[in-house]
Amino acid sequence: MSDKNQGQDESHAIERPQLSRRDFLNEITVGALGVAGLGGATLTYQYLSPNVLFEPSTTFRAGNPDLYPVNSVTFLQDQQVYIVRMPAGFYAVSAVCTHLGCITQWKPEANMIACPCHGSKFQPNGKKIEGPAPRPLPHYAINLTADGELQVDKLQIIKTDQVLRV
Amino acid sequence: MATSFDAALQNLRTSRVWKSIFRRGPALTNRTRSLAVFGNLFLHWLPVKVREKSLRVRAAYYLGSLSLLLFIILVVTGVLLMFYYHPAAPKAYYDMKDLRFVVSNGVFLRNMHRVAAHLMVLLVFWHMFHVFYRGGYKPPHEFNWVVGIVLLLLTLFLSYTGYLLPWDQLAFWAVTVGTNIISAMPVIGNKVRFVALGGNIVGENALLRFYVLHVVILPLLAFLFIGVHFWRVQKDGGLTVGPKEDDGKN
Repeated sequence: MSDKNQGQDESHAIERPQLSRRDFLNEITVGALGVAGLGGATLTYQYLSPNVLFEPSTTFRAGNPDLYPVNSVTFLQDQQVYIVRMPAGFYAVSAVCTHLGCITQWKPEANMIACPCHGSKFQPNGKKIEGPAPRPLPHYAINLTADGELQVDKLQIIKTDQVLRV
Repeated sequence: MATSFDAALQNLRTSRVWKSIFRRGPALTNRTRSLAVFGNLFLHWLPVKVREKSLRVRAAYYLGSLSLLLFIILVVTGVLLMFYYHPAAPKAYYDMKDLRFVVSNGVFLRNMHRVAAHLMVLLVFWHMFHVFYRGGYKPPHEFNWVVGIVLLLLTLFLSYTGYLLPWDQLAFWAVTVGTNIISAMPVIGNKVRFVALGGNIVGENALLRFYVLHVVILPLLAFLFIGVHFWRVQKDGGLTVGPKEDDGKN
């Protein structure tokens, strides 16, 4: 009763809040929908990014080093990699054009790697000669396994001056 | 004959069944004719009255309507193609070959889908240029111009996602090149490409994703935007008729 009496007294009246009930409910609804929307978008993005891929292995064996004569470029079609053997040693160059992902071809008569799609040209060591390709062909990590075979890891990109001496 | 047919039609139109469906009597007055349009879901976005000059061939060369017609042809032929197509590697390629060499009329349907798709891209561009040169992007048509640009992009995305589905060399390399263009986007490019392909290579996941986009998501979006687009043409005052027609003839 005393509360009610106070309420009727104007000097003790509680100030009306700036935020009306309708505004408050609107804001909290929009806020909740916003949080739910962001969460939903995040979950959907995570859902659409596969965690397990059934793609070919990125590490492969390229056989005995003796298979590759000195001063040769060998295209491994299944792996889309060139195994290059120079007097200094071995290196593995990607055959995937850095322009838009076409598979390049080794042209021994011109001593260069050329892309059939848009005409990019590369040296056997991957350096760009000309064409729309923005970057040289990357070199992949190449090692010898315990039983003496070449092994290439296509996930590891190494500097172009690193070679494998056998 | 004609009179008995008319009488039968008259009987039908005053029958209870007809009235329960159309909720109005015969369209004898302007009011009932207007109600015929207002009260019909499929007609309600059409105007009750049309200016004569906007019906001329030269008004828009029916480019928008022809694009819609091609879209309908693509939906019908596309749904029929779906009955023989599995979006899985390498089955997709063999299904495409079966459609060409084994299934009755399969080559006709496939080519109809293919040619209509090419024509739709052509007509949508032609439509856009026509509207642009007519000044159809100016007020009060700005919003509908943007809706039209969305429809142009949807047409191109539909075309592109459909390109992968035959799963042949052309499809594979076109999508390899196209998705590498995506990865040229700064910062998020590689992630967008990964999600678009469902992996790092154009493989089974990419085929399934492009299939779902091509047969469900993009067509639904296209239906939605086509609805808004046609509705807004009328709400914005009909076709943009060039100043020459406005000042000169009528």
